[in-house]
Amino acid sequence: MKNRISALLLGTALALAGGNLAFAQDKVIKIGSLSDQSGLYADLGGPGSTLAAQMAVEDSGMIAKGWKIDIISGDHLNKPDVGVNIARQWFDVDKVDVIVDVPNSGVALAVSNLVKEKNRVLLDSGAGSSDLTNAQCTPNTIHWTYDTYTLAHGTGSALTKAGGDSWFFLTADYAFGAALERDTTAAVQAAGGKVLGGVKHPLGTSDFSSFLLQAQASKAKIIGLANAGADTTTAIKQAAEFGIVAGGQKLAALLLFITDVHALGLNTAQGLNFTETFYWDMNDQDRAFAKRFQERMKNHSMPTMVHAGVYSSLLHYFKALDALGGNPHDGAKVVAKMKEMPTDDPLFGKGSIEPNGRAIHPAYLFQVKKPSESKGPWDYYNLVATIPASEAFTPLDKSTCPLLKK
Amino acid sequence: MQALYAQLLVGLINGSFYALLSLGLAVIFGMLNIINFAHGALYMMGAFCAYFLLNVLNIGYWPALIIAPIVVGIFGMILERTMLQWLAGLDHLYGLLLTFGLALIIQGVFQNYFGSSGLPYSIPSELQGGMNLGFMYLPIYRGWVVVFSLVVCIATWFLIEKTRLGANLRAATENPTLVRAFGINVPRMITLTYGLGVGLAALAGVLSAPINQVRPLMGENVIIVVFAVVVIGGMGSIMGSIVTGFALGVIEGLTKYFYPEASNTVVFVFMVLVLLVKPTGLTGRAA
Repeated sequence: MKNRISALLLGTALALAGGNLAFAQDKVIKIGSLSDQSGLYADLGGPGSTLAAQMAVEDSGMIAKGWKIDIISGDHLNKPDVGVNIARQWFDVDKVDVIVDVPNSGVALAVSNLVKEKNRVLLDSGAGSSDLTNAQCTPNTIHWTYDTYTLAHGTGSALTKAGGDSWFFLTADYAFGAALERDTTAAVQAAGGKVLGGVKHPLGTSDFSSFLLQAQASKAKIIGLANAGADTTTAIKQAAEFGIVAGGQKLAALLLFITDVHALGLNTAQGLNFTETFYWDMNDQDRAFAKRFQERMKNHSMPTMVHAGVYSSLLHYFKALDALGGNPHDGAKVVAKMKEMPTDDPLFGKGSIEPNGRAIHPAYLFQVKKPSESKGPWDYYNLVATIPASEAFTPLDKSTCPLLKK
Repeated sequence: MQALYAQLLVGLINGSFYALLSLGLAVIFGMLNIINFAHGALYMMGAFCAYFLLNVLNIGYWPALIIAPIVVGIFGMILERTMLQWLAGLDHLYGLLLTFGLALIIQGVFQNYFGSSGLPYSIPSELQGGMNLGFMYLPIYRGWVVVFSLVVCIATWFLIEKTRLGANLRAATENPTLVRAFGINVPRMITLTYGLGVGLAALAGVLSAPINQVRPLMGENVIIVVFAVVVIGGMGSIMGSIVTGFALGVIEGLTKYFYPEASNTVVFVFMVLVLLVKPTGLTGRAA
């Protein structure tokens, strides 16, 4: 008799629990840090992004409030199919709520679609393609750190206005390179310049000499590098070798990270103009974060803007969950809450998230210091100009995001 | 037309790296019957060795050209003594798997400590600058790479094909028992040969350090192309791999000019074509 009562009670409890499952709120979060852990983008994202996520968890104070937060990481090898497979397993088996980082726009666009289908959250920091918040936007994706529009309008416009009115592109042959070339072309033309041509190179090229010779022959004043990571550093280094800068042409590294400058050394990198949204030496808060980050990184590198973006976007995500009082495990609902709340964090300052998922904050035009100006390792940038948040990203009325058309 | 000449020359420069690397592979395969997948990792170690010599011991490029191949060569000989020698007589697959595993371990260790962006290494002051050839601006360093690697390739070919030492070596691989009967220490000779092949890889690493970044993954991409070169040239053929190395560099260079998107697949397309027509490779003999 006693057994039957307990069985009955258990059955009722299970039925109730089952009925409530769709709306169940708990205080459990699972984060997946999906990145290139071993290839040409591993230094700008990779293990550093997982560390940034850990630091965000520690600094958010969520654990003290009774939340249970786990982080797992995966290596997408810069292949969209690999990235989607990992994400699918994370969602179906590991019950991951939110994916962070995802450099490589090709992978990011593919993962973003899956995130929408599974109704989870993507906080993208590493990818560049502005398509993530334009034609391919979803109610589940927030694009945090930068995009190709920022880079194009920061570096592209500035250099064109400074007299660099003819351009030739060396473009990485995938989604990011194409988007960056497209956005930069638009910015250059808007500023009165013209594009003479371009060449597409495979991702992860170790020898740029053929492409550089074509750029040299084009006689363009500016050679725009629409690539990233090791591709950019190799191209810059070999351009110096072929006397391209000495011959009067100028290089525009459209996307350059502090780890790239470190790899090039100031002798080679000095004078390069580029746009970023975070530099470790901007204010005391940045410096404090960077110092803690550097101590814990295996190769003791400073945080890139991608790492900073992972940290800040997660802090904001936690704030939204805290405001909701629990994790509803409903991606679109959490993202809607995040868009509702203004952003404010130590690294990117005050800002907001647009309805298309674009996080808005200022961007900065930097120039790499001369070796004589640098006070030591990692002291690499001079601030040239600050681009206000309202100009750094695609204006809402120009965004092609379907979420905006209602 | 001018641009075409320039691309041909650039192809020749890349070809000299392919030639040096595939030469080492061909020596190792021809003499030891080992498919050395660790070659790319050892090439990377050569570049890192040059970097450490410069930054830790303040030893410049020129001594590094000699020291790095010796240091990495000794490392290779230790590998051969402790691991590879036990695989003699087994199927090729075992050697391939062992060296592939070693490559992954070596690359993983370096990547753990140095990340993936790489470290700077500048061109020695004597070889900086360039000259205008009319159709292109040739960096002096690149010219030096072509000349130097040609000399090394020919010297190696001469050593193996034309000297008594080389003759002993070739005999030892054909019939080790008989050669041992002549009082020659065959295992030691095999170890030294592996060291020579590895040293060639490290030499290519030092040569490429000023051109590419010194990166843990620098050998990963190049090794696959180099294997294609060895297969096209005919496994184990010394001259075949030298000629094919240069030729494929040129073909790749031309592709970069006419259809850049295909530049990292053209070598493999070429490999497929050659294997379909002549399965033993261009200079290989039927077994």
